[in-house]
Amino acid sequence: MSFSVKKEGEVVVVDVEGQLIVGNRQELKQKVLDELERGEKKFLIDFSQTGYIDSSGLGVLVSLSKKIREQGGELRLANLNDDLKTLFELTKLDTLFQIADTRERALQSF
Amino acid sequence: MPRTERHGISPDGRVRVVDVEIPNDVRYIERVVELVRRECRVMAYGERQLMLNVPVALTEALSNAILRGNGDDPAKHVHVHAEVGAERLVVEVGDEGAGFDLEASLIDPTTPENLGREDGRGLFLMRKLMDRVERLAAPRGSVVRMTLHRE
Repeated sequence: MSFSVKKEGEVVVVDVEGQLIVGNRQELKQKVLDELERGEKKFLIDFSQTGYIDSSGLGVLVSLSKKIREQGGELRLANLNDDLKTLFELTKLDTLFQIADTRERALQSF
Repeated sequence: MPRTERHGISPDGRVRVVDVEIPNDVRYIERVVELVRRECRVMAYGERQLMLNVPVALTEALSNAILRGNGDDPAKHVHVHAEVGAERLVVEVGDEGAGFDLEASLIDPTTPENLGREDGRGLFLMRKLMDRVERLAAPRGSVVRMTLHRE
């Protein structure tokens, strides 16, 4: 499991490869916070290569969303598979986040 | 490496068994999840159960045991016993702590006032993703048993 961070135009795109769970959530959080500290404002997390997410992974997404908003930025999510969509629906986090079907749509939505 | 690890098939051949004891470290969670998920795949559990119900609920139970039950104490261990049958999966996760009261942890993380919280979704997800979640009396420590009927 790993996270790759790259810049697409003005947007910082993070790919989550593997699981986002209690054992690695801090790594994701730190990577995004480092970019936020550098002054980045637009963030997209892409889950096309993600297996499963647990409650601590969801908690980190909620936390990042708040911190990015506090700095006047925006966070979007993209490419949730059906199982991940169900997870977001069960927890109603689909109402808290802006979720796009594809990376392209998410990038266009900023 | 896990301290002990056994896989097998029950004497009547109808249930696949995973029995593993791991150090109290969240880095072992994925490995245990894979062991149990592999047996569920052999027993032809539904794709959603393999990709969502089993891995997420088991991850929650393991992280509760490691971080809450065992208080993140590296000297402690977590014991996992899973029986994967054609009808249902029964998985027990045991820690060496005092455990927690499942009934007292009935926070609904989906209400508007709780939706923005970072925590409080673990037990909720276990209950949503498994058919039954119960706490068992154990001679030392605490055991959570989860049951999921095969789709």
